[in-house]
Amino acid sequence: MEIFGISLQFLLIQLLLGLVNGSFYAMLSLGLAIIFGLLNVINFAHGALYMMGAMLAWMGLNYFGLNYWAMLLLAPLVVAAFGILIEKTMLSRLYKLDHLYGLLCTFGIALLLEGVFRSFYGVSGQPYSVPPLLAGGTNVGVMTLPNYRLWVVGASLLVCLATWYVIEKTKLGMYLRAGTENPKMVEAFGVNVPRMITLIYGFGVGLAALAGVLAAPVTQVSPLMGSNLVVVVFAVVVIGGMGSILGSIITGLALGVIEGLTRVFYPELSATVVFIVMAIVLLVRPAGLFGKGH
Amino acid sequence: MKLKVGIYPVIILALVAPLYFYPVLLMKVLCFALFACAFNLLIGFTGLLSFGHAAFFGGAGYIAGFVLRDLGLSFELALFAGTGFAAAIGVVIGFLAIRRQGIYFTMITLALAQMIYFIWLRAPFTGGDDGMQGVPRGTLLGVFDLTNDLLLYYIVLAVFLGSYFLVWRIVHSPFGQVLAAIKGNEARAISLGYSVNKYKILAFVLSSALAGLAGASKTVVMGFATLIDAHWIMSGTVILITLVGGLGTFFGPVVGAIIIVALENKLGALGGFLASATSLEWFRGLEASTSIVMGLLFVLCVLAFRRGVVGEFNHIIQRMRKRRVKEGLIDQKNGTLHSVP
Repeated sequence: MEIFGISLQFLLIQLLLGLVNGSFYAMLSLGLAIIFGLLNVINFAHGALYMMGAMLAWMGLNYFGLNYWAMLLLAPLVVAAFGILIEKTMLSRLYKLDHLYGLLCTFGIALLLEGVFRSFYGVSGQPYSVPPLLAGGTNVGVMTLPNYRLWVVGASLLVCLATWYVIEKTKLGMYLRAGTENPKMVEAFGVNVPRMITLIYGFGVGLAALAGVLAAPVTQVSPLMGSNLVVVVFAVVVIGGMGSILGSIITGLALGVIEGLTRVFYPELSATVVFIVMAIVLLVRPAGLFGKGH
Repeated sequence: MKLKVGIYPVIILALVAPLYFYPVLLMKVLCFALFACAFNLLIGFTGLLSFGHAAFFGGAGYIAGFVLRDLGLSFELALFAGTGFAAAIGVVIGFLAIRRQGIYFTMITLALAQMIYFIWLRAPFTGGDDGMQGVPRGTLLGVFDLTNDLLLYYIVLAVFLGSYFLVWRIVHSPFGQVLAAIKGNEARAISLGYSVNKYKILAFVLSSALAGLAGASKTVVMGFATLIDAHWIMSGTVILITLVGGLGTFFGPVVGAIIIVALENKLGALGGFLASATSLEWFRGLEASTSIVMGLLFVLCVLAFRRGVVGEFNHIIQRMRKRRVKEGLIDQKNGTLHSVP
């Protein structure tokens, strides 16, 4: 079967690859949005912490014999603890200053992390095999789709929607939204806002690390895997606007799909299509698709 | 205006410097200093943080290389083409980026610069990952042969001083005052009737053109142009240079450029010293991992040293003056201080 001279199989597999990338974009931009909402810091280290998650998964397997499933739980926790340390020792000193200092500080942390991992592991990628449980593929009629990729899309969607549910529908989420709106008032009501901020940063970067572990068998694990990704995720955030949780999830997935389709129809543009979409959105709707004004 | 007196000995130092240092290294410092001055025009005097200045620096470098190597034209045309190209993409990026404020502005400049990076990666004449090699220096006005390092040094110095003076004039012009107003309180500048966006875009284009001039000069000096100059790490480097020297000070970018270029050059030696001092072999790899040192510097500067070298210096002098005024050592009238230049 062919559509526009392109086989359906190729189209479907690229669509799935696009969705896989899109779910990484969604998880990363979601974390960025939550962190920005409460901390007013754009976390430039997000890509590096995503890389750290993947590297930890690899290290866990190769040094301690911990399998994929153990690291899927452990790596985000370790990175979250690391994030809490960063927040406590560095970022918390910068909240009173201009936003740009938070960005520059996390940029420095990103360089530092990438540099340290690179000094030990070089720039070449380390292979990380798919866990046995998810090896192989599922037949969907016209073709076989790899199980692991389906799992990545399903798992990240689940995590994103759970996050959305907690933030929009629970009491904890209510505090959080209130803290984004007016931290002083929330503090006056007896909520420990500084602790909430710390935990949210830990949660956001933990999400990035989870995406990293999920990505480990898909892409090769290398110290540089997060450095270009973070720029794309920034563009995703600009397109979606950081006002809405559901908005960042949808934007992330949609851009992944657009990227996948570009790879089918016009591969030369696949690396830049997200930025082109960003430029168009800025011209048509400067506040972003889900943004609320400036 | 303090710097007005201080500038002459510095110029004299710059004139005699090639007697003591390798001219190519000095020219590299000058190119980065000019790059940082251009960047500082935005961050220091307009309050806009661009994370995409590598697009102008690296792009102009490629265009200058193209003009010199592939078209075989002269030096001044290469600089002119590079600067013009940077200004042109500055118009486009600036026009898109000023549609959002604050942190979004920064992310947009970063993303658009990354897009241009991918264009260079694929363009036929840039040599992709290998870079554009073997760019000749050409001749000045078709007469003076620039293979002479010393001659080129004085020309680059002249270009730098001219641009430095231009930035000085811009900042102290009525236009510069409006930029300062935008930095201080954008909403108020709007309510006073200034069309802020026009001023922002003009400042952005001026800054990108000067960054392009720096990039074009660097290609001529080094004889090659690479993707490194167009990558966002370079945008980070120029931020670091300005931050270390002092945001919003005139002399800061120059001091920052000296520190960062010297550090990059001496990193291997430093690593070797640390390795022998601490007997940790890991330090020997320091030369390869500039990013660790850059990252550390970033974090340190942001957390503890936000004024930068020149800013801190000015701050100390100001505080001493204030104390003297308090103690009655300086007459209140004559002792009134200028705000930080």
